[in-house]
Amino acid sequence: MIEIKNIVKSFGDKEVLKGVSCILRQGETNLIIGGSGTGKSVLLKCIIGLIKPDEGAILYNDRDFYNSSLEVQQSIRREMGVLFQGGALFDSQTVHQNIQFPLDMLTTMSEADKRERVEFCLQRVGLEGTGKRMPSEISGGMKKRVGIARAIVMNPKYLFCDEPNSGLDPLTAVKIDELIKEITQEYNITTLVITHDMNSVMEIGENIIFLHSGHKLWEGDNQTLMHSDVAELNEFIFANKLLRDLRS
Amino acid sequence: MAIIGKYFIFLGTLFTRREKLNVYWRRFMEECVGVGVNSVFIVAIVSTFIGAVSCIQTAYNLVSPLIPVSTVALIVRDMEILELAPTITCIVLAGKVGSNIAGELGTMRITEQVDALEVMGINSASYLVLPKVLAAMFTFPMLVILAAFLGILGGYLAGTLTGVITPRDYVYGIRDSFVPYNIFFMCVKPFVFGFLISTISSYQGYFTKGGALEVGQASTQAVTNSCIAILVADYLLAQLFL
Ligand SMILES: Nc1ncnc2c1ncn2[C@@H]1O[C@H](COP(=O)(O)OP(=O)(O)OP(=O)(O)O)[C@@H](O)[C@H]1O
Ligand SMILES: [Mg+2]
Repeated sequence: MIEIKNIVKSFGDKEVLKGVSCILRQGETNLIIGGSGTGKSVLLKCIIGLIKPDEGAILYNDRDFYNSSLEVQQSIRREMGVLFQGGALFDSQTVHQNIQFPLDMLTTMSEADKRERVEFCLQRVGLEGTGKRMPSEISGGMKKRVGIARAIVMNPKYLFCDEPNSGLDPLTAVKIDELIKEITQEYNITTLVITHDMNSVMEIGENIIFLHSGHKLWEGDNQTLMHSDVAELNEFIFANKLLRDLRS
Repeated sequence: MAIIGKYFIFLGTLFTRREKLNVYWRRFMEECVGVGVNSVFIVAIVSTFIGAVSCIQTAYNLVSPLIPVSTVALIVRDMEILELAPTITCIVLAGKVGSNIAGELGTMRITEQVDALEVMGINSASYLVLPKVLAAMFTFPMLVILAAFLGILGGYLAGTLTGVITPRDYVYGIRDSFVPYNIFFMCVKPFVFGFLISTISSYQGYFTKGGALEVGQASTQAVTNSCIAILVADYLLAQLFL
């Protein structure tokens, strides 16, 4: 479980996050949704410790990230897996080396154990046999899946995905959503997905947080989402004609 | 001023919170290939031609019958060792290695690869930059020794093939009143320049913000700043050591 307490963050005189609080529950896929430029990625970076918020606290199972010693921060980081918006694969390394990288850097496993673990993760994301290719030789959807494989290779307790299916065809997008949900339930981890794809929201949204210009305007699950009375949320959801027709 | 302060803080982060030693060893070897071995070709070409040209031009300027012909070789040798080999080679390397480092780190920054390292709890500055700096300081002196050798050889070839100097005079000239200390000075320069080029270019690349356009700008800036730093350092070293 991750508790996010009253996060405030400004860049210069531009206030991006104006006090966001929420709880990300274990064993569920938590979603942050909202329009472009509302501060979703900034909030994620605050949570994973890449951008220090001006105010507020992040609690990982009651460990306050920003008020901990470097050792505690390191140990929390070792429990995180992060999929970045563009995959962020190391371009000078093969797919296999990319996934093995955290094992090389942070564990003392034997070479054989590492290879086995990497093969397992590749198979988990449906990419058996692509280990020898370079990131520049695989498609966008495959990069995202390699990114997920690298994020789960250390058996994380917390999984973060920034727009895991933006720019993908609907079929691949659904597959990635399902993969994230499966992993979350299988290993009972705390997962946070950032998205503005309504498909994934309806598909995997168990705990949805709606962000609008730096505020949290709504929180709930995909059952109650359609029946909220928050005007901004409705505008966001029913931008899609199909969903508009569905409601009426 | 603020930039210089930030540069020194950046240098500080390279040495704090280090990773496992064998990780650095592997990265150091990779970088030696990237920074050093891959530069051998360009260094060889440039230094051979510079040596050839300086021999021909010196001979052209020394027409007095009072000066022995072997002086041409002596001048080529001293120019090569004191200035041309270390400084020109490092200016060439600033262009090649500097833009390469800034481009690579800039791309890693804007594609969030640096963030990915940080999130794993790895000191990205130290992991990415320190091996580059050490590799530059290790390989640049070797490249400069190669450059000086090829420069003097280039002078020999150009001088003897065009007939401005006989092989005997050339060999006599390059052995005449030789100061071994100059060789030491020649190796100090690339050691310092390697540090400057790699850290300045890394700094430019590591703090890139924005997109592909800014990566290009960071590369250009890295080369410009490295060249300025080399020339200033060249002057200071000459004051200090000679
Ligand atoms: N490092 C930064 N410096 C200054 N401003 C920033 C920085 N990072 C983000 N911002 C600003 O913060 C705002 C929110 O950005 P953010 O990337 O969080 O949007 P987002 O909700 O993730 O959008 P998208 O869905 O398009 O990814 C933007 O207006 C952006 O200009
Ligand atoms: Mg974003």
